Amino acid sequence: MSGIGVYISLFLIFGGLVTILVYSIKGRDVDRRIIFAFVFFATATAIYYNIEFKETPTTIVKNVFDRLESLPEGSKVLISFDFDPAMKPEVFPMANAFVRHSLVKKHKLYLMSLWPQGQALMTETIEDVIKVEFPEVVYGEDYVMLGYKAGNEGVLNVIITNFRKMYPSDAHNTNIDSIPLFDDVKSAADMDIIFPIGGGKPGPKEWILFVGDPGQVPMAPGLAAVVAPLIYPYYPRQVIGLLGGVKGAAEYESVLRSKYPRFQDVPAPALSMMGPQTLAHIVILSFIVIGNITFFMKRKKANA
Amino acid sequence: MKRTVPLLITGIVGTVLIVSVLIPPAQSLGEDFSLFFDIIAVFAFFLGGGNLFRIHLKKVFHRKEDYGFSIVTLVGFLVTLTIGLFKIGNPEGISGSITAAGSGLQTIFVSIITPLSSTMYALLAFYVASASYRAFRAKNREATILLVSAFVILLGRTPLGMMLTGWIPEQFSIFQIPNLAVWIMNSANLAGQRSILIGVGLGVVAMSLRLILGMDRTYLGSDK
Repeated sequence: MSGIGVYISLFLIFGGLVTILVYSIKGRDVDRRIIFAFVFFATATAIYYNIEFKETPTTIVKNVFDRLESLPEGSKVLISFDFDPAMKPEVFPMANAFVRHSLVKKHKLYLMSLWPQGQALMTETIEDVIKVEFPEVVYGEDYVMLGYKAGNEGVLNVIITNFRKMYPSDAHNTNIDSIPLFDDVKSAADMDIIFPIGGGKPGPKEWILFVGDPGQVPMAPGLAAVVAPLIYPYYPRQVIGLLGGVKGAAEYESVLRSKYPRFQDVPAPALSMMGPQTLAHIVILSFIVIGNITFFMKRKKANA
Repeated sequence: MKRTVPLLITGIVGTVLIVSVLIPPAQSLGEDFSLFFDIIAVFAFFLGGGNLFRIHLKKVFHRKEDYGFSIVTLVGFLVTLTIGLFKIGNPEGISGSITAAGSGLQTIFVSIITPLSSTMYALLAFYVASASYRAFRAKNREATILLVSAFVILLGRTPLGMMLTGWIPEQFSIFQIPNLAVWIMNSANLAGQRSILIGVGLGVVAMSLRLILGMDRTYLGSDK
């Protein structure tokens, strides 16, 4: 965070907020367009000046990192892309961070999706992360793209006992029996860890109910912030940890960067998004305070 | 007949799926039924697509209000369907992955669907800010608890929380805002969510039994 522009922008935003605060003491409501303008300028400033903050990983995120870190080389890691482009900014960084961490530890990656849009996002990860940052890994031996399968929970209900019944071939229409990664895989229960990433239905909750719990497979979901509270009841028994929203993803990126310096220069979108998120939260908090001042002033006037 | 057949199908499928979970030798039956669901889902795609086409075509044909949007929907639907079905521009050919890098469908996805969807979702930030301003007011005790919780969570989800309360000594670290946020999620939220989950679970069991036994027939369009 440097440059006079940052300070001028922040001064204008917070100066404006103080002005509105003074205005609210008179008991006047703020027009919603003013709120929209403040949110816009706060996020735009953080994006334009690339304002970043230092992240300290919480235990719930560190647990996920430590489990993947402690698995022996060649462990089987399944990542399910159960989200669409609307959720992408929030959870896609988690998927890429899991992929980076898995491949740097030389684990075997299985990519699949219960959402039709997930397969296209999976392709983006393969093209932008795997092929660029890990050119040495071989398709079919180190990672495989199973693609999308319709059927929601039905898919999970089958793959927990038999992968081949639901996925006779991968996304490239290659017979699964000719893919070396499936030599010793019969079902999803053979995975060493599963990362279901998403925030809708089917999503992480269905993975826990239909695969994680019955198959006793360690599970670490990556979640959109709005659904994270719904998954907390499964922590720490059914899920070893979880990543909630951009904050969770940023914590994971932060710990990954500190452990593996080779990732210092690769994009860390979640860390970059924490700047706009922090400023937007400050603006929202300020307006909550302003709203309450207005409310109490109005009540005082009414009682007078 | 119109009612007996669907009731029988529901009863048999429900019973088989329960039996397949409880009796291991019958497990493969559950898998087969899940595969049947997969096949039925394919027909649902046809029905969904057909219905979308029919409704919008009707709207355009009768020049109803905002029929221009229907034209955009139909053109988008047909272009995407054609490109996807025939894998136009797919470097891997007709047998390759439908989302192969550089394929027409992947280009549509990356260049149109992703930015449009992300933009729509991002608009939420503005409405959340406006709604928070109006809704989070300490009108009574319950609203104040909600307000304080929201305040702590909002601060805890940013590095600002640690910046403000990082000075609190380690033995009192529970009072650091990020830890307070974790406590709210991990204790208060967890207790509430678990009780809801257990209640919902029991409700699902009761509802499923009513459906399987044919006691609840509302899904057939009538309660009789």
